[in-house]
Amino acid sequence: MSLNIAVCIKPVPDPDYYDKITIHPVKKTITREGIPTIINPVDKNALEAALQVKEQFGGKVSVITMAPPNAEENLREMLAMGADEAYLLTDRAFAGADTLATSYTLAQGLKKAGPFDLIFTGTESADGATSQVPAQLAEWLDVTHLWNVQEFMVEDRALKAKMGMENGYINYFLQMPALLAVKRSINKPRYTSVMGVMKAKKKPLTLFTAADLELNPELLGLQGSPTKAGAVFTPSMARKGQELTGETEEIVEQLIQVLRGAGLNLETLNVNEAGRE
Amino acid sequence: MTAKTAGGIWVVAEQVAGRINTVSYELLSKACALKKQLKSPEPVVAVVLGKAVEEIEQLGRFGAEEIITVFAPALEIYQNDTYALVLQDLITARDPSLVLMGATAIGQDLAPVLGARLKTGVAAHCVDVRINEDNYLVAVVPAFGGKVLGDILCPNTRPQMATLKPGVLGKPTTVSEPSFIITNYDPSCSLQKDQGRIKALEVVRQEQTGMPLEEAEVIVIGGWGIGSQENWTLLEELASLLGGAVGCTRPVVDEQWVKSEQQMIGTSGKSVRPKVYLGFALSGATHHVCGMKDSGLVISVNKDAAAPIFAVSDLRIVGDAKTFLTALIKRIKGK
Ligand SMILES: Cc1cc2nc3c(=O)[nH]c(=O)nc-3n(C[C@H](O)[C@H](O)[C@H](O)COP(=O)(O)OP(=O)(O)OC[C@H]3O[C@@H](n4cnc5c(N)ncnc54)[C@H](O)[C@@H]3O)c2cc1C
Ligand SMILES: Cc1cc2nc3c(=O)[nH]c(=O)nc-3n(C[C@H](O)[C@H](O)[C@H](O)COP(=O)(O)OP(=O)(O)OC[C@H]3O[C@@H](n4cnc5c(N)ncnc54)[C@H](O)[C@@H]3O)c2cc1C
Repeated sequence: MSLNIAVCIKPVPDPDYYDKITIHPVKKTITREGIPTIINPVDKNALEAALQVKEQFGGKVSVITMAPPNAEENLREMLAMGADEAYLLTDRAFAGADTLATSYTLAQGLKKAGPFDLIFTGTESADGATSQVPAQLAEWLDVTHLWNVQEFMVEDRALKAKMGMENGYINYFLQMPALLAVKRSINKPRYTSVMGVMKAKKKPLTLFTAADLELNPELLGLQGSPTKAGAVFTPSMARKGQELTGETEEIVEQLIQVLRGAGLNLETLNVNEAGRE
Repeated sequence: MTAKTAGGIWVVAEQVAGRINTVSYELLSKACALKKQLKSPEPVVAVVLGKAVEEIEQLGRFGAEEIITVFAPALEIYQNDTYALVLQDLITARDPSLVLMGATAIGQDLAPVLGARLKTGVAAHCVDVRINEDNYLVAVVPAFGGKVLGDILCPNTRPQMATLKPGVLGKPTTVSEPSFIITNYDPSCSLQKDQGRIKALEVVRQEQTGMPLEEAEVIVIGGWGIGSQENWTLLEELASLLGGAVGCTRPVVDEQWVKSEQQMIGTSGKSVRPKVYLGFALSGATHHVCGMKDSGLVISVNKDAAAPIFAVSDLRIVGDAKTFLTALIKRIKGK
């Protein structure tokens, strides 16, 4: 069984810098200046999952993104990690898309590059983080899917997979073709070797603009997005902090007073004024 | 059904193993608040899919005026394809203005499927929703780990859909005089269309150890700086002495100092609002703060005076976590 596998990756501003994000005071847009763009971390887990399936069953792994032109760099990184081919969907007409329009465009790209037996995505992006693209992508492609996948096994033309829940998981049987949105706990993405980087330079990377795809313009970008963005703001979470100082025992004593003041019934826990030796 | 023009504020009440998830009550309380904000009030409706579900009247107590039960063996365990088939037909027949779901694993999966089938917008894991002066739903959606909040509207298509994170709305309140009808909806026509592409095999529940974060008045939280499994037991000891729960940041889950991811607080974890948040050796990354910012009193211990967590704390203690954990435990034990 040889499988044609796709992995959807999204370039995102590095999450380690999110406390540096601001709202432009006049334009009221999100400013992410100076923050490096990286591959959405969990999308590497998605690629790792794909590579493992390929190693077991044979086949080909393609990575795909809908992003600005400079995402070519991110795709090369995925090729270096082990993907065989890459596709970049880029066009101004794709901009301003909500999850429905994003997933539509991705679906049309995947149809052109495919068909695929298996499609992997991450559970959520670090930036928009709606986690809605995977399910909607599966809908546009008319394939079955599972989100928040913590474990899976390929069996013939089908899958057994576990969807992580708040208090456990649900076991599923899915027919292929299928889309799996994987959790970051599913695996540890491999490191990229120097050889990998060398090889990546020669691997095929195809660019698709709107003209290359079969598209209904009404479903694209801003126009194809049923959600509309209103105001953006940064919530103020700051508190007027007070520092507790002194020797450790003194600070602990202050803490006990504070906890009692906060309404904790420390007496029932046998903590009383004379608690200390 | 009739009532094509009646609209309605719908809550898709989630059940697992026949028990309704408490987020459903939080959503119903919110639905009642939205009803008051609408230009002309629309009924608050709860929809439950399952095989047999316990205590559905409870949905009425939290404000549902109509409870639509959709019971069939095929609906016992959540299957995205199957649930979406039924809900799509039901929503198309009854035409609600608003559909709210919990941003749980199930809700976050089901809502976008429905959005795609109904070709309407879904606001994702919102922290709040309200009705604006134009009578539209405004959903407040966090992005960039909670650093940014955006208002999301869905002005041109129906229904307007949103998922809301469990815990962000606060404790739900029961209505003073519940009055509701129960409508049984037969899903067999929808179920006939099921292609059987996905099949749920079983629900496996993991036992929760210790007090759940949602119920605790005090939460003792540790971060990566706790340093070892051995030190982590100090945190657990303190929490149990205070009658509280233990929470953690993501690196702690990765290090496996905690048994379950359920203890993680933040954008990918839980949103909590305890009376007292007592944090040790965590930096205060946006992703974490987003899930704890509504706590009552925030007390933080960190060895780095410049740690970002201090900016969102009421009380700062600059020092070594282990030293303070040990000293506090000793003081409380009284020896
Ligand atoms: C403040 C703010 C709030 C928003 N709120 C909403 C909202 O409520 N509803 C809504 O519909 N949209 C919303 N959006 C828009 C949304 O973020 C974009 O549509 C985005 O392009 C896709 O969604 P995501 O980043 O949330 O992806 P997610 O659904 O979180 O991504 C999951 C996975 O899908 C894949 N994927 C996602 N995007 C791409 C891509 N471009 N190329 C390849 N693979 C991809 C990746 O594998 C990723 O791991 C919001 C945006 C902002 C800035
Ligand atoms: C998409 C995405 C989602 C995420 N979701 C979440 C989430 O839901 N929840 C979450 O928590 N994180 C989440 N994260 C991770 C988050 O960005 C941070 O990496 C994480 O919260 C940091 O955890 P920490 O504070 O424990 O560790 P660190 O940032 O490493 O901080 C350790 C702190 O401990 C202090 N310290 C060290 N030793 C001592 C000592 N002996 N005594 C006192 N202080 C000491 C240090 O000064 C430092 O401030 C997410 C990340 C991404 C990309």
